Amino acid sequence: MSAALIFAHGFFSSEDVRIAIVVGAVVAVVSGTVGTFTVMRGQSFAGEALGDIGITGGSGAFLFGVGPLWGFVAAGVVAAAAMELIGIQRPRGRDLATGIVLGAALGLAALLLYLDSTLHNTTGAGRTILFGSVFAVSVGTLPLIAGLGAGVLALIALLYRPLLLSCVSAEMAAARGIAVRAVGAAYLLALALAVALAAISIGAILSTALLIGPAATALRLTRRPGLAIAVAGLVGVAAMWLGILLAYDSYYWPPKETGWPVSFFVVTLIFLAYLLSGLPALLRRRGRSG
Amino acid sequence: MFSGFMVNAWTVGSIVAVVAGLVGFFTVLRGSAFVAHAIPNGSFAGAAGATLLGINTLVGLGAFSLLGALSIGVLGRRGRHDVVTALALVMMLGLGALFLSFSAQYAPEIESLLFGEVLGISANQVAPTAALAVACVAAIVALYRPLMLSSVLAEVGEARGVSAFAMELCFLVVVALAATMTVPVVGTLLIFSLMIGAPAAARSFTDRPLVAMALSVAIALVTVWSAIAASYETNYPVGFFVGSAGAVAYALGRIWAGWRGGRAVGRAVVNPAPTIVT
Repeated sequence: MSAALIFAHGFFSSEDVRIAIVVGAVVAVVSGTVGTFTVMRGQSFAGEALGDIGITGGSGAFLFGVGPLWGFVAAGVVAAAAMELIGIQRPRGRDLATGIVLGAALGLAALLLYLDSTLHNTTGAGRTILFGSVFAVSVGTLPLIAGLGAGVLALIALLYRPLLLSCVSAEMAAARGIAVRAVGAAYLLALALAVALAAISIGAILSTALLIGPAATALRLTRRPGLAIAVAGLVGVAAMWLGILLAYDSYYWPPKETGWPVSFFVVTLIFLAYLLSGLPALLRRRGRSG
Repeated sequence: MFSGFMVNAWTVGSIVAVVAGLVGFFTVLRGSAFVAHAIPNGSFAGAAGATLLGINTLVGLGAFSLLGALSIGVLGRRGRHDVVTALALVMMLGLGALFLSFSAQYAPEIESLLFGEVLGISANQVAPTAALAVACVAAIVALYRPLMLSSVLAEVGEARGVSAFAMELCFLVVVALAATMTVPVVGTLLIFSLMIGAPAAARSFTDRPLVAMALSVAIALVTVWSAIAASYETNYPVGFFVGSAGAVAYALGRIWAGWRGGRAVGRAVVNPAPTIVT
């Protein structure tokens, strides 16, 4: 197969594609790093909820005419603080705290979207926020995304050891003098920022895919946290890039010849990666029993 | 407010509240808030697909709810439960995004699926909603004892021959049924508030399962009724009121529990285990 067949005409010369490739890589690395801890801590629901809550922020930002990224960030941080206050740190109340905040925030999102459509006559706002598109990121947002991404990675680097220890055993971490709750809260902040970043590129409701999928895949392949972070980043970047390529190629695909959404490809690739990563364990089990 | 098309809104809203209150009780008891969010939310893709194919939305919602529930149940045996739920959800949503991009008309219709359109319920939606509600309630009644046992003491249940996996699947299917009937009414995103807020509040007020269940239904009914009334008066989306009311009910429950816990120091009421009446 020749390169011209794989890379449709103009793939590398398109400005949108180049931005998408950079943004996709940054977002995938940040999501994979934070996501590894999210999966280890069993906080997938919080990660997913923060993505949905981005809808509230996005629609609010639309209403007040600020950039959507700021809306995602603001709503995420506020929601993370609320979850922390209600009690996300206790394993038993965790999902409930997340759920209550999510419910209230989505109620607010319904109101904001309604106001968006009545005051501004924009009906597309909801769709843009929910499903986003990495091709729609402007050059101006690029430094902001890179800066926020670097900030999140720095925060995780700073938290790395205490966070890891409190993932393994909160009691042991506390005994060693780690402020477990403060570490958890700081991590939640990193999670909110990482989800906001992912939301801008593949949409609020699909940002979970990038956060959880690569990390869960990596943690099925290796138990070493450092290695898992690297694998998660790689899987995420691969899914993003392949997704962008396929979306670009799909421009002339049926049924409408307007292209298939990037987010669909990214999510499907991540889902497949997760399913495949279960194979080694499955084969081992088969081998043992057979 | 009680005439014409509003009669349908009141009827269907009440049916939804009863089911959400009942199913929600088990959702909170089992700590399955994420699943209760994921199944209705993901099922929206089914609605988008049904619109694309030109078939009844309810069929699409039902198919995707069941598909989601079964994949979470089956994949959850091998993988981490929350991870599997998240991935099943995003996979369904990804398909939803694809279906949306294929269909010509968009916008208000999908937003109304996400956030509900209780005031626009037509008379021909009443019968299917009622039928699914009866199925849901019947399933809960039939499963009551094994489901309760398995939810509270999974090991004891296994010892008595109640398979935790089978119960999990049954529960997921009930959630899928509830999602199918409620999504067109209160939307994929807000059925969840109803299924979490009301029962979580109810459990703060009482430890007895049957009382908590009744209370959960009552709170859900009050939530829906006041939300419909407020939405009718203000024109704001009903989901906004359902979401806020859920949070308020939960906050009241927490305040009550804190106050009672403060009075009864030493009675170890931090997260009391529910008593099983068998």
